[in-house]
Amino acid sequence: MMVHGEAWTVKELFVTPNEYIYWSIQIVMYPFMTGLVAGAFVLSSLYHVFGIKQLRDIARFSLVFSFALLPVAMLPLQLHLQQPLRGIEVMLTPHFTSAIAAFGIVFSTYAAIVASEIWFVYRKHLVETALTLRNKTDKNMVEKINHIIFSTLTLGSFDVSEKALHQDEKAVKILAGIGIPIACFLHGYAGFIFGSVKANALWMTPLMPVIFIMSAVVSGIALCMLTYIVVMEIRKFLAARKKTTYGIYQSTEEIKGIEINVIKMTAKYLIFFLIFAISLELLDLIFRGYTAVKTWDILRSVIYGKDFLDIFVFQYGIGNLLPFILFMLPGLTIRRTVVGVLLVLFGVFMMRWNVVIGGQSFSLTFAGFMHYHLPIIPHDMETFKEGFFGALLVFVTPFVLFWGLNKIFPVFKEEVH
Amino acid sequence: MKSHVWRPLFVALGIVILILIARQILVPKDFGIHERGYMYGFYRKSNEEDWKNFAVKYRSAEYCKDCHSDKHSMIMQTPHAVIQCENCHGPALEHPSNPPKLAIDRSRAECLRCHFPLPYPTSGRANIRGIDPEKHNPDIECTMCHNPHKPKIGGTK
Amino acid sequence: MINRRDFLKNAAKGIAGLALPLAAIEIVSPRKLFAARGDVGKESKLRWAFLVDTYKCVGCGLCVKACKLENEIPYDANVTRTWVERYVLTKDGRMFGDTPKGARDGFATSKIDLGGGKFQDIKKEDIDKAFFVPKLCNQCENPPCVQVCPVGATYQTPDGVVLVDRKWCIGCGYCIMACPYGVRFFHPVHKVAEKCNFCYHRITKGMKTACIQACPFGARMIGNVKDPNDPVTRVIRTQRVSVLKDEYGTRPQVYYIGISREVI
Repeated sequence: MMVHGEAWTVKELFVTPNEYIYWSIQIVMYPFMTGLVAGAFVLSSLYHVFGIKQLRDIARFSLVFSFALLPVAMLPLQLHLQQPLRGIEVMLTPHFTSAIAAFGIVFSTYAAIVASEIWFVYRKHLVETALTLRNKTDKNMVEKINHIIFSTLTLGSFDVSEKALHQDEKAVKILAGIGIPIACFLHGYAGFIFGSVKANALWMTPLMPVIFIMSAVVSGIALCMLTYIVVMEIRKFLAARKKTTYGIYQSTEEIKGIEINVIKMTAKYLIFFLIFAISLELLDLIFRGYTAVKTWDILRSVIYGKDFLDIFVFQYGIGNLLPFILFMLPGLTIRRTVVGVLLVLFGVFMMRWNVVIGGQSFSLTFAGFMHYHLPIIPHDMETFKEGFFGALLVFVTPFVLFWGLNKIFPVFKEEVH
Repeated sequence: MKSHVWRPLFVALGIVILILIARQILVPKDFGIHERGYMYGFYRKSNEEDWKNFAVKYRSAEYCKDCHSDKHSMIMQTPHAVIQCENCHGPALEHPSNPPKLAIDRSRAECLRCHFPLPYPTSGRANIRGIDPEKHNPDIECTMCHNPHKPKIGGTK
Repeated sequence: MINRRDFLKNAAKGIAGLALPLAAIEIVSPRKLFAARGDVGKESKLRWAFLVDTYKCVGCGLCVKACKLENEIPYDANVTRTWVERYVLTKDGRMFGDTPKGARDGFATSKIDLGGGKFQDIKKEDIDKAFFVPKLCNQCENPPCVQVCPVGATYQTPDGVVLVDRKWCIGCGYCIMACPYGVRFFHPVHKVAEKCNFCYHRITKGMKTACIQACPFGARMIGNVKDPNDPVTRVIRTQRVSVLKDEYGTRPQVYYIGISREVI
């Protein structure tokens, strides 16, 4: 009989009997996905709060994407829990001495803020669509359902006067402003979950919450840039094929022009947070090596030996240094941005991997190791949920949700007719 | 409160109230902060009783000796007196009603637990005599020649 | 300039709004906390503590077998509530340790299990010292596992034993991560967190734990550390005893005679 974790853990040298890699790929995915949430929201707030006009289009986009990512933050946890149906207990009997209990409150608050902000941003569109559908006398099935959805979403208010819209704008600004510290808290607490575990020599550091927040923002910005480019490319493609014009944009050349300005602007913020994130991680490493406490021996053999490839080549080299060079070189192109952004996302993923898996790579005896073998082909429910396809499911779901949300909250102004 | 801007807040408060109602229904009434305080004593009190009612399996030699006095007094004269009956015979449970007969572990592995010699300085293990299992009658059970209740060949201590 | 009506309305809203977070603070108010704590079980006359004599332990593993059968941990599953570790220190300064199946079948070979099918044979003349260390849940005075449970599924009884509510545990594994001693695991059948509980169902009936009863050499003992006449308490108070990983501030209540600095 296999115990949980035995299927993907290989023990080496002196390891105590109950030690396995219990927190596997889904616990890597969870901070990765919530990091994207926090980062996307911060990006959107840069426009709403600080009024950086060039970011207007990407701001709307990243707000809806942030909302699409929210339910996906729950998904890896549900797949990981040994008793997923009891997950609601975190809301019923939260034990606030535990960082995970904060999840219930912080997540709900954040979801409420993002949902409210989207409501305010799109309220005019919701009201107009609901009224149009109400006045249409012969509705087909889809239109009937849409009418119900849009009418409910108006929350009973059909006032779209100048005064009301002005109030909407103020509300958005306030929510975006409150939302930034909450987004930081959402991801900071995820860092606290690891950083406060004194039993784990690699995780235990006060820097962990800050490192997590910084790399979360990096990943959020990177993902929004990537999806923005992909969507704009699709629209350009459609524009060329159908030869139709979209609202204020007249041609593919003009679309391309606007894109590169937004990209260059956003890339600057990406670089800033990238530098901050890597500095903190290097600081942590240098401190550990300098102070060389009891656990340094085993950590050193994990960081510089066993996980050298994962940490220095994949995360620091390919995931940080390479995109940094790509973005710093003059004459930034869309193509180079795509490569840089993909590498950044890879680097952030590897950071989560190196923290979660790396922290479980050595035994509590400080004289043994555990090797993680990610299950690829599932042969039972457990190796599916905590394997490659489970992770893939988590990664793909926000895009599916985003496609659905786009129908109610269209991210491109031209589609709002 | 005329303004529409408060509506999302009402929705949020509505959801909070739903959760509080769910809490009243789903959380057991004896769930709360007990003697050890919020950090260490936040739990469902009746779980303590649940654990106290867990079935006892091992009864100890005291339970066996009245019916099995012959075997018991025999083993008490030997160095094996320190070994509990149930170590080799398994937990007594509700014996003799359930199970009516207990198994006997006659495997070489059971004896080798102590009698594989490990000459470790500072450990009590070094004081136990043993055999090399690969050389000392490797194909047969130890009990063919040694009676666990009277282990020395020849019978007496 | 705000008029009186609006001022009063907003003030009422503000107070109502503050009431909710203030109510939350009530739950974790320090004063109530200390009152509820009773200052570390001051009222309780019973606090369980365990004593392990590693000079007496021979590594037979009968304790591990008894524990598994008593506490319904599947015999073939590679998890156990208690286990025995073997330490061999060689003359050239190296340390070898193993715990094959947690010592469920004892140690019937002098070869150290290095994992992955590899073994290290050590000759008698190369050994400086070697000994066995039984380990189990320390039922810490400051249990980090209880601190990190998000839902209150694990807790400490007034007499010091840390238990898991099998009906409430969500299986997140945070307690397993937080334990510095590696005593926790997921029960393969119940799919919740599991660990040694000092055979709570036995000690509360005046019996000894399954492992203590099974041990032929008296290497394990349990007692009430609040009773000055308890033999275990007298050893803890008057002899040179140590605990595991005390630098974490957990205040473990399993005391050891005869462990060496190499034991982690």
